[in-house]
Amino acid sequence: MFAYYFQLGLRSLRKNPLLTALMVLAIGCGVAASMTTYSVFRATANNPIPQKSSQLYVPQIDNWGPEDAAENKGEPPQAMTYTDATNLIRDHRAKRQTVLYPVSLSVVPNDAGLLPFMENSYAWYGDAFAMFDIPFLYGSAWSVADDNAHADVAVIGRTLNDKLFHGANSVGKDINLNGHTYRITGVVDQWNPSPLFFDVVNTNAFDDTTEIFIPFTRAVDLKISTNGNNNCNKDPGQGWDNWIRSECIWLQYWAELPNTADADAYRQYLNGYAAEQQRSGRFHWAPNTRLRDVTDWLDYQKVVPQEAKVSLLVSLGFLLICLINTIGLLLAKFMRRASEIGVRRALGASRKEIYAQFLIEAAAIGLAGGLVGLLLTGLGVIGVGLVFQPDIAKLATLDVKLVLLTLVLAVVATVLAAFYPTWRAAQIQPAWQLKSN
Amino acid sequence: MQIKPILSALRRHKAGTFLIAMQIALTLAIVCNALFIIEQRLAHLSEPSGVDEANIFVVQNEWVGSSTAEQADAKIREDLRVLRELPGVQDATPSNSYPLRGGGWDDAVKLKPDQLQDSSGATIYFADDHFLDTLGLKLAAGRNFRAEEITPMNVRDRLGPPVVMVTKALADKLFPGEDAVGRTLYLIGGPSTIVGVVDLLQAQSVDRWASAFAYRSVIVPKRLAISLGAFYIVRARPGQLQAAMRAAPTALFQHNPRRIINEDDGVLSFAEVRARAYERDRGMAILMGVICVVLLAITAAGIVGLTSFWVGQRRRQIGVRRALGATRQDILQYFLTENLLISCGGALVGTVLAVAINLWLVTRFEMHRLSLMYVLGGVVILLLLGQGAVLAPAMRASRVPPVEATRSV
Repeated sequence: MFAYYFQLGLRSLRKNPLLTALMVLAIGCGVAASMTTYSVFRATANNPIPQKSSQLYVPQIDNWGPEDAAENKGEPPQAMTYTDATNLIRDHRAKRQTVLYPVSLSVVPNDAGLLPFMENSYAWYGDAFAMFDIPFLYGSAWSVADDNAHADVAVIGRTLNDKLFHGANSVGKDINLNGHTYRITGVVDQWNPSPLFFDVVNTNAFDDTTEIFIPFTRAVDLKISTNGNNNCNKDPGQGWDNWIRSECIWLQYWAELPNTADADAYRQYLNGYAAEQQRSGRFHWAPNTRLRDVTDWLDYQKVVPQEAKVSLLVSLGFLLICLINTIGLLLAKFMRRASEIGVRRALGASRKEIYAQFLIEAAAIGLAGGLVGLLLTGLGVIGVGLVFQPDIAKLATLDVKLVLLTLVLAVVATVLAAFYPTWRAAQIQPAWQLKSN
Repeated sequence: MQIKPILSALRRHKAGTFLIAMQIALTLAIVCNALFIIEQRLAHLSEPSGVDEANIFVVQNEWVGSSTAEQADAKIREDLRVLRELPGVQDATPSNSYPLRGGGWDDAVKLKPDQLQDSSGATIYFADDHFLDTLGLKLAAGRNFRAEEITPMNVRDRLGPPVVMVTKALADKLFPGEDAVGRTLYLIGGPSTIVGVVDLLQAQSVDRWASAFAYRSVIVPKRLAISLGAFYIVRARPGQLQAAMRAAPTALFQHNPRRIINEDDGVLSFAEVRARAYERDRGMAILMGVICVVLLAITAAGIVGLTSFWVGQRRRQIGVRRALGATRQDILQYFLTENLLISCGGALVGTVLAVAINLWLVTRFEMHRLSLMYVLGGVVILLLLGQGAVLAPAMRASRVPPVEATRSV
């Protein structure tokens, strides 16, 4: 019966080509607009580390006091001072922890034919690699001993390894960064979490891959300044040593806390730490701390661009209008066939049969709309670069999931839209139709 | 034209009437807000930068290896000499940033050292005595920096130069109605005397968070002497921008190869800087524009479809009316008026909806309040659209011959 109704549906679609084309186009446009903007939204609202997002936390400590916090809805600063970060590292209350900041390192290739170049780089602790589940192609992270020894070691990315060592295992080899020599302990395989959760404060959350990592302790020894934000609420004084001891904030901190009990304990520890700073006279205010996991942190940092949200909402409104349009057109189409329905009913077709026939016909329209929508979504995803910044636009892709979603959305939406016209069609009294003829 | 018979006819087509009215209402609500977003974005991206955009380009120069502040400063001065000697170059200046760059050093400005609340936020531009000439800025009052006032600054040095220039927007904020020249302001590192006021200069960030101090800048007599490098802002002679943009990196590399000038974005014309800064605004305006056009087209098509159906349904009645003496004009007017009534109903609901959506957007997305002009404009557009869409089916209806009344289906 399904196949027969489907065939009937297709035949009826051909009978009113203009009306059908209108419906198919309307559904196609509505679905395509929604899916294109959804593809951007999905990419920006992505959970970059789903297996661990509830175990990784960003602690925040208010070291600036209530006046500054008041400007930010009472929230503590979004970065940390060197003093607090190193104290937290020393106390070592989490399973793993790291402090991190972006640095600008120039790579000087041994190969004289290659010009020096810059790479996105971070200074952090060796723990970070295991914390963030970073996959290694060769070698491994540097050791705790290296961190403590402020060692000249580095981990590089796969792309950089390809460029400098033609893809060979470079573990144990040297690399010249800013004129200093570092020994490579590992090569990271493809790793580019999106959004770049570990440092959304200093990036726009969508950036190229990080290709070099060096120990935080060594970077500070070399007085390598942050390539990211540095915020001071008062004069830090002259020179590096004063700056590093100042209340200027420039560091991100991450702690790995395997379960909620650990997180609660860590919250208490943070408050205790802030209270201790208050007692020692550094803070003149009650402890004000936060501990957010990855999802909360990305949410708090408003990683999803406003444009992505607004355009998704507008597109959904657009789809709604397209569906209202479809309801009207289906109504016109079905009611035009009132006499045909009358005959079918008079010959013994039940209301249920009428429902089945017309809903299947609607589904056929929906499928056609979905196919048009798929084509338009494809074009939309290509054209996303016109609307969003390149680093966000490149994240929007047409994958299997999106293809299926497009088709399902088109069919489901059209069938939903068809309920009212179908109900009206099923209400047709056979006697009336036969009489007027 | 009598409205009563039209209304009673519509009562028999409740569903169709309701659907068209709803579609018009929702379209109005979305189109109003979309047009409003477009207008705001376009207004944002046409704010003036105050600089000679047609002839300016920016070189991002990074040094290889580490050097002391003195070495870095010497290298920068060498580079500037090289750049200024190029035939296509009118002038060049080193800075930590440039207008529309996207971010950089912002600082709080105070009028007293012990003040708790800042007087204003401000962009900090590093400048030498060529800054005004290179960017093509006009002095509104006071004087330019003198060459001997420019000093090098290392990355963690304290910022509190003896003299500064400010933009007129900042001067007006700090000293409303008064002459700012000779007055003192406090940057994070100490007091500075204002020696000059620059007419118009846009901030380095045009994002929302920086909109509170969009045109307020402090220009400090400093050269950024850090091992990392700095920006060179270069003004080409009129008509020689492209040539100068090619010549500059070549000449710099020839003079000293131990540097990095990124191939992709190391040298940017100001037109490119502007395009990058307003990427989001332009994109949003394009998207909203496309959605508006497609939406209006689909709504129009929907009206055509449903009215055609009604006309087909009523051929007999139309024939009867024609037989009873109604002219073609009457039939045409009947459908036009019918559509106008439905559209007006839809527009009424749509206006309420448009304002409601806008109010919600204001709370969620820090948008501005919708001006009623947009709603009015939207209503006019949709009424015209409805009339235009209904015209073809109505014409067809008016051509139904009176003889139709005598035919049975």
